[in-house]
Amino acid sequence: MTTTAAQPGTWTGTWLEAAREIGLEPGGPVNIGWHCSDRICRMGLGAKRALLWEDAEGRSRTLTFDDLRLLTNTFAAFVRGLGVGPGERVCLFLDRVPELYIGFLGILKTGAVAQPLFSAFGEDSLHVRLQDAETAAIVTQRKHLGKVRRIREKLPHLRRIVVVDGAGAPGPGEVHLDLFGAAPVQEFAVHPTTADSPSVLHYTSGTTGQPKGAQHVHGSLPAQYLTSKRVLDLRPEDVYWCNADPGWVTGTSYGIIGPWVNGATQAVLDSGFNTDRWYDFVAKHRITVWYSAPTAIRLLMREGGEAARRRDLSCLRHLCSVGEPLNAEAVVWSERIFGRPFLDTYWQTETGCIVITNLPGMKVKPGSMGKAFPGIEATVLDMNSLRPLDRPGAVGLIALRPGWPSLIRTYRNKPDAYASKFRNGWYLTGDRSSIDEDGYFWFVGRDDDVINTGGHLVGPFEIESALLEHPAVAESAAVSKPDPVNMEVVKVFVTLKPGYEPSDDLELEIMNRIRRKLSPLAMPQEIQFVDSLPKTRSGKIMRRVLRAKEWNEPVGDLSSLMND
Amino acid sequence: MDPMRQAILDYVKREYLEEDDDREVDASTRLISGGIVDSFSMVSLKRFLERKYAISIPDADASPEAFDTVESIARLVERFTAAKAKA
Repeated sequence: MTTTAAQPGTWTGTWLEAAREIGLEPGGPVNIGWHCSDRICRMGLGAKRALLWEDAEGRSRTLTFDDLRLLTNTFAAFVRGLGVGPGERVCLFLDRVPELYIGFLGILKTGAVAQPLFSAFGEDSLHVRLQDAETAAIVTQRKHLGKVRRIREKLPHLRRIVVVDGAGAPGPGEVHLDLFGAAPVQEFAVHPTTADSPSVLHYTSGTTGQPKGAQHVHGSLPAQYLTSKRVLDLRPEDVYWCNADPGWVTGTSYGIIGPWVNGATQAVLDSGFNTDRWYDFVAKHRITVWYSAPTAIRLLMREGGEAARRRDLSCLRHLCSVGEPLNAEAVVWSERIFGRPFLDTYWQTETGCIVITNLPGMKVKPGSMGKAFPGIEATVLDMNSLRPLDRPGAVGLIALRPGWPSLIRTYRNKPDAYASKFRNGWYLTGDRSSIDEDGYFWFVGRDDDVINTGGHLVGPFEIESALLEHPAVAESAAVSKPDPVNMEVVKVFVTLKPGYEPSDDLELEIMNRIRRKLSPLAMPQEIQFVDSLPKTRSGKIMRRVLRAKEWNEPVGDLSSLMND
Repeated sequence: MDPMRQAILDYVKREYLEEDDDREVDASTRLISGGIVDSFSMVSLKRFLERKYAISIPDADASPEAFDTVESIARLVERFTAAKAKA
């Protein structure tokens, strides 16, 4: 059995053609920050709208590509002025404010690594990710500053805290940045990054241990460029909307890099879910291409479609979805309401770009996630031998042949975990699927205990660790349970320490505690108090037994189950 | 503001607003679409209401729209407490 990690960045075949379309040559410089702003201006598109931004309170801002160029220069100069060097990590802990999008490109221009984190993360989730990344600086806003201040003493590498809406005197080690009030920096010496230079660090959850830092590189750019062009079908006249938060990989690969390297106008709504508000946003900005998620689509479906019929949404010409399998009902519903289906796409934090997809013009099989993107070799492997399965309909592990540009280069501080993702010359996704006689992939499920809730992966270990910090909790197990909107939600089984009794108040207290410390995504939607948990003879909790009961599936081999 | 609306408002401020969030929140503030309470956290808010007012809110009624303001939440709770009183 051989192990093959990603090869250093030399673009070949389809990807080399894509690289050349955006002026890249193998071995030459490539900087995502520059390519998404300065290069577009050099193409004569400086006056074109790059960002149409609105928030829940009705504030708005429109930026051209030339604005983007100047503002990212200004941000980059500020970061360099802080003494942050190339390769160091700068965290963006922001709501979807313009500074998040500008800061992302600005950090990349300096050669530093952008580390965007979901602003709803609680302090424990924030702490483990900043600690592992040895983050040098964090950019945040006033409303999230308390979380940062509370963990700062535990983060010796964190030198500076930047507040983009600071008021009054900055606290110790803090600095305010009024980006839109600062003098624009006309010229910035972009760091000469190459295809293998680290660019973006996203944390992704696994079954065991704390989240892993998936390290992306600048050389990913041809992949995000080409998939945005081909799958999202971005054209010069489009107004594009991606619902994803840049704290997750969709929000950077397709919420920043993909549209802007294509010179597309993108709209951003910094607001929670509301059917009327979302449709109004589409109608107001005449959104043409919408990249959403099954959870959001199912929330829209719950309303029925009346709100859509009351508005002129004929501007929508192309719809795509990502995050979890798109159920056939959602595809059929969108055809009825919008006159076109949402096309499912499949990829992961680690892959950096869409790898299996429904392409425009391709026959859609509702419920299928489509075929391998041209340039990607994908298959399913036998679960035991890890050899490709030839029989249509056979379920195996989805595997991809390494070689596309946006595959991560490592898990930070966990090279063994990274190496374990490669077997027999394939990258193992950890997802199971079958392939039908026409080459369409049909998603079956994860091959581990990770919970996919609303398109976001949540690791059971993180939740169980946080639960154990509660004085009443003796042991716990976090598993997924089915949910009609989010596909899966977190359910935990808890045994209590002597002296504690199950109660409604205790359940609510535990739920809120997890939400505050980790995130709303990790908050158990149900807590079941039990006398004991199923364990192996060696004492390991058997999550799969609990999970199987929730999903009404066979529990499988119980020979290792300890007899109580 | 009546005691029910005040109790819900106090709970929302205590549980869901970041301590450094200086936004003014009242009974008409948009909670879900305003990004103060997300759709996942709605579950804990629903549990709180069910405990405090001894009611059961079906999932079908717990929509993002129904939970979007303290006022709309209070109306939802009143509907279920009234139905319970009649029963």
